[in-house]
Amino acid sequence: MAEKSSRQRPRIALAVLAVAAIVAMAAFMTVGAKGNWDFVLPFRGGKLLGLLLVAYAVATATVLFQTITRNRILTPAVMGFDSLYVALQTALVFFLGTRDLANVDMRLRFVLETLLMVTMSMALFYWLFLSRQRSLHLVVLAGVVFGVFFRSLSHMMQRILDPNEFIALQDMLFASFNTVDQQLLAVSSAIVLVTAYASRRLLAKLDVLALGRDVAINLGIDYQRVVMLLFAMIAILVSVSTALVGPVTFFGLLVANLAYQAVGTDRHKYTLPAATLFAIVALVGGQTVLERVFGFDTALSIIIEFTGGIAFMLLLYRNLKR
Amino acid sequence: MIEIRNLTKTYDDAAVVNDVSLSLAESGITAIVGPNGAGKSTLLSMIARLIAPTSGQVLVDGLDVQQTQGAVLAKRLAILKQNNQVGMRLTVSELVAFGRFPHSGGRPTVEDERHIDEAISYLGLDDLRTRFLDELSGGQRQRAFVAMVLAQDTKYVLLDEPLNSLDMKHAAAMMKLLRRTADDLKKSITVVIHDINFASIYADQVVAMRDGRVVLQGESAELMQEAVLQDIYDTVVQVREVEGHRLGLHYL
Repeated sequence: MAEKSSRQRPRIALAVLAVAAIVAMAAFMTVGAKGNWDFVLPFRGGKLLGLLLVAYAVATATVLFQTITRNRILTPAVMGFDSLYVALQTALVFFLGTRDLANVDMRLRFVLETLLMVTMSMALFYWLFLSRQRSLHLVVLAGVVFGVFFRSLSHMMQRILDPNEFIALQDMLFASFNTVDQQLLAVSSAIVLVTAYASRRLLAKLDVLALGRDVAINLGIDYQRVVMLLFAMIAILVSVSTALVGPVTFFGLLVANLAYQAVGTDRHKYTLPAATLFAIVALVGGQTVLERVFGFDTALSIIIEFTGGIAFMLLLYRNLKR
Repeated sequence: MIEIRNLTKTYDDAAVVNDVSLSLAESGITAIVGPNGAGKSTLLSMIARLIAPTSGQVLVDGLDVQQTQGAVLAKRLAILKQNNQVGMRLTVSELVAFGRFPHSGGRPTVEDERHIDEAISYLGLDDLRTRFLDELSGGQRQRAFVAMVLAQDTKYVLLDEPLNSLDMKHAAAMMKLLRRTADDLKKSITVVIHDINFASIYADQVVAMRDGRVVLQGESAELMQEAVLQDIYDTVVQVREVEGHRLGLHYL
């Protein structure tokens, strides 16, 4: 009986979340729409697709990252993943200049930047996690220091930059949930679909991976290869979300932990979709409320980061008490 | 057969395992004994490819463990380390089900379910099936992990100090169970063990290590000599015969 009810719970949680996500999406598309539907639907549809991609990317990247590190407080952002992306963008403008960059197709540039990001972060994480066994605390510290390093590097280059170039760069970096980069939607969707397919195929292995390195190897997982593959996927997903809306720090942490709580199991079959659905509800629902109720008075990212930051502190506090 | 050839592991020039060559039998129980820091656990981890050796080679039925695909080896060889901590909240039957992963790839068949049920009742865990691991005592949890390894159904089973955190009753029961498993299922079980008396009574073969080297390989009677034990452990051990078993007394 107990076994049965615990088997039902994740499904019920997923169903409730799915309904909430659909309601949020429907509200986003229709509430307060005045005038021509031929304009409203494609306009809002593009925005919605962007938000969905970001929701998936942030949620999935965080859950995968927490599975590899076996830690519920770490996120790719805490480890300086997206400051790496910002540093890359800045370096590109700094060394190539906006004029040369403008001549390159934006989508091509995005793909190249993503590739660069994947290579660099994999090198970084190979060194941190796989080259030898290190304590998690050291890894976290190193990650935080790297984050600061990349951020300072970006700031330094931005100071030296020509003011015109700087404005162009700022435009690239300060994307927000209101102004999802429309040009990148198609290529981002394609990238996300590929990673979604890959992560579906890895579902069973992810559960084994969460048992720890030694048990995973014993059960026949090619640990090194699978972990590197996952790091590559995380790097790609962070690139997608950072390119579309800019860096978000605590959002992933918030939705991942809400998901673990809601489904009451650690099976990735349930946690991955639950985290994505939570992210959709928060982003799409939040954006709807923001646009229709508050009339764009404040930025969604501020609210989400505020809530996420509080959740982060609560988690830290609970772990300390244990 | 598991063949170990000139296996060495060094950390910063200090050899933890030093040029070890051994062969482990196709069936029966092999006990690896020796003082703390002799390299027993490191040796076991290298056999099971958890640690890469500095030099040397391990062959499991002729397959080099460093070269062979992990999934292939997982059907032949299982290891259980000490201090197992899983990051997930799992019930006993969920944990044991993971032992079938090399065979099922995450989609258990009827055959897999049968192995899971057998392993659970083999270790007397039927009543605890739906309990979460963090609600169990240390000994019960240890048995759940052994059940997982048995469900993996491999010819070779390596156990790193399986008697850790077991009381007298459960330690003896665990050794009897391993004996029964080795006899009934014709498995080759290798255990790292601290209590030489368990090795003396239950093992077919003993390997004694000291300072990273194998100092003795043979039957337990060869180990259970006062001079030999004193040499290995660097302490006085008296050996007495009780009901046909040689027992070492190191309490005095």
